[in-house]
Amino acid sequence: MNATRPESRPTPPLAPRPQVADRSVADRSAADRSIADRSIADRPAAADAAATAPPKISVRGLDFHYGKQQALFDNNLDVAANRVTAVIGPSGCGKSTHLRVYNRIYQLYRDQRARGEVLLDGENLLSPTTDLIELRRKVGMIFQKPTPFPMSIHDNVAYGLKLHYRLGKAELAEAVEKALRGAALWDEVKDALDRPGTALSGGQQQRLCIARAIAVRPEVLLMDEPTSAIDPVATAKIEDLVEELKKDFTIVIVTHNMQQAARVSDYTAFFFEGRIVEFGDTRQIFTKPVHRQTEDYITGRFG
Amino acid sequence: MQEAGMRRRHARGRKAADLAMRVAASLAALLGIGVLVLILAEVARRGAPALGLAFFTSLPGPPGTEGGGLANAILGTLALTATATAVGVPLGMLAGVYLSEFGRDTRLGAAVRFCVNVLMGLPSILVGLFVWTVLVVPFRSFSGYAGAVALALIMLPVVARTTEDMLALVPHALREGALAVGAPRWRATLIAFKAARGGLITGVLLAVARVSGETAPLLFTALNSPFWPRSMSEPVANLTVTVFQYAMSPYADWQAKAWGASLLIMAAVLTTSLLARTFARERTR
Repeated sequence: MNATRPESRPTPPLAPRPQVADRSVADRSAADRSIADRSIADRPAAADAAATAPPKISVRGLDFHYGKQQALFDNNLDVAANRVTAVIGPSGCGKSTHLRVYNRIYQLYRDQRARGEVLLDGENLLSPTTDLIELRRKVGMIFQKPTPFPMSIHDNVAYGLKLHYRLGKAELAEAVEKALRGAALWDEVKDALDRPGTALSGGQQQRLCIARAIAVRPEVLLMDEPTSAIDPVATAKIEDLVEELKKDFTIVIVTHNMQQAARVSDYTAFFFEGRIVEFGDTRQIFTKPVHRQTEDYITGRFG
Repeated sequence: MQEAGMRRRHARGRKAADLAMRVAASLAALLGIGVLVLILAEVARRGAPALGLAFFTSLPGPPGTEGGGLANAILGTLALTATATAVGVPLGMLAGVYLSEFGRDTRLGAAVRFCVNVLMGLPSILVGLFVWTVLVVPFRSFSGYAGAVALALIMLPVVARTTEDMLALVPHALREGALAVGAPRWRATLIAFKAARGGLITGVLLAVARVSGETAPLLFTALNSPFWPRSMSEPVANLTVTVFQYAMSPYADWQAKAWGASLLIMAAVLTTSLLARTFARERTR
């Protein structure tokens, strides 16, 4: 970003809507964009294409409550299709809460409520008429701790497939293999498909869960700190995998690890106390953050 | 660093208290185990001689005569326990699923949990009397069904609570994992059930062990019978009431048989409990 960039954007830090910090890449005016494009020559060209494409997910005025306690305040965010969007921020800032709205998994718990709009391809997924089962087929999720089901490796991957598709035996085997290959796990487990999924190592379990999630051909993959319970070598494998997966999926990844966000993501949203303080191109967030809080967090002054 | 003027306390007193507590706790534990060993040894010593082939194969002889066996009571107890299990376990498990999965933070859930706890503490003779008034009096006959229902009522809260506890041990993440691939709620519950399988089997076995030693609920329901159990709508012979009657009888042969029946019940309960333990261990692995 060049020096004129911050001036070209008014910057009210925690101002209520309209929050400029929340403004998406797609929302930027054409003039705004052209400045940005000229200013960073090494910016990936693909990011610009994404900037013009409609966002996969648009969050508008999202509030979230745990019982009486409000956890998210007026979140606005656009998630670009086939890009990796990282969500960073200190513990308890609402990163995971925000992510858990996208597939409405929070609804398992009685006292959790979301208000506002989350548009998936233009359809508000918070609408009461949303088919949750179809929503969750389209929006898969990977959790902090791997969650292999108490069944064989094959059955773990086949579980979601059988829920959503009518498949013959051969088709099923093929789809399972494809998913395991997609999760870069096939070579390690191809001779042990009938072994329990829980017998795999932590990193393998997490890739098994990724295989299970991508098997049902989702459009979006939510990753909630997918490597926080996993050793560095396995983490590197999963990060490589994320790079690979974004060709086919839109990925939103919550992470505590800022290097990870910088490594894997195209866009980054910085959350603080339930608000999105800053959202933009990952390179810009990490090199020239507009807001003081973002800079303090990224440089390790708090969090 | 010690500040000036701060006086040190000696550890002597605390060490003595520690020793005293350890000795007291060990003695209490030994006493408990000692009593158990004494009971086991005494029942085995007195009961073993009665356990001949006839004990397992013949009907009891007429009062006062020697010989015969308790084959009818063994069969009856098996039938009563099996029927009770068939009724009590599914009901208890469903109640446990409700408590754990659907009624966790609801008022109805809290009310149900309270009732289950009360039911668990209910003296078993009250359960027997209750079933007597609803299933024996109206039909004008003691029956195996009434006995099985009484035993099932005793199993129900035990199974419900263990089911709830075991499902509560399954991490939420597993259910979320199932929901996240688009499974409906009941299928996610099924996954949790699968994960808790070892614990659930343990719970069921312990409940079976518990009721197979019950006498009071059968006194007013299944009663007892000197004949082969032919139908569950008649009084059904069973081991525990037989022990009660034979032990109080004046005949030495019957008293010996009561010891034999006691040994048999004890061995069955012990085996079941050991089985339950192996399943529990499998769960934690």
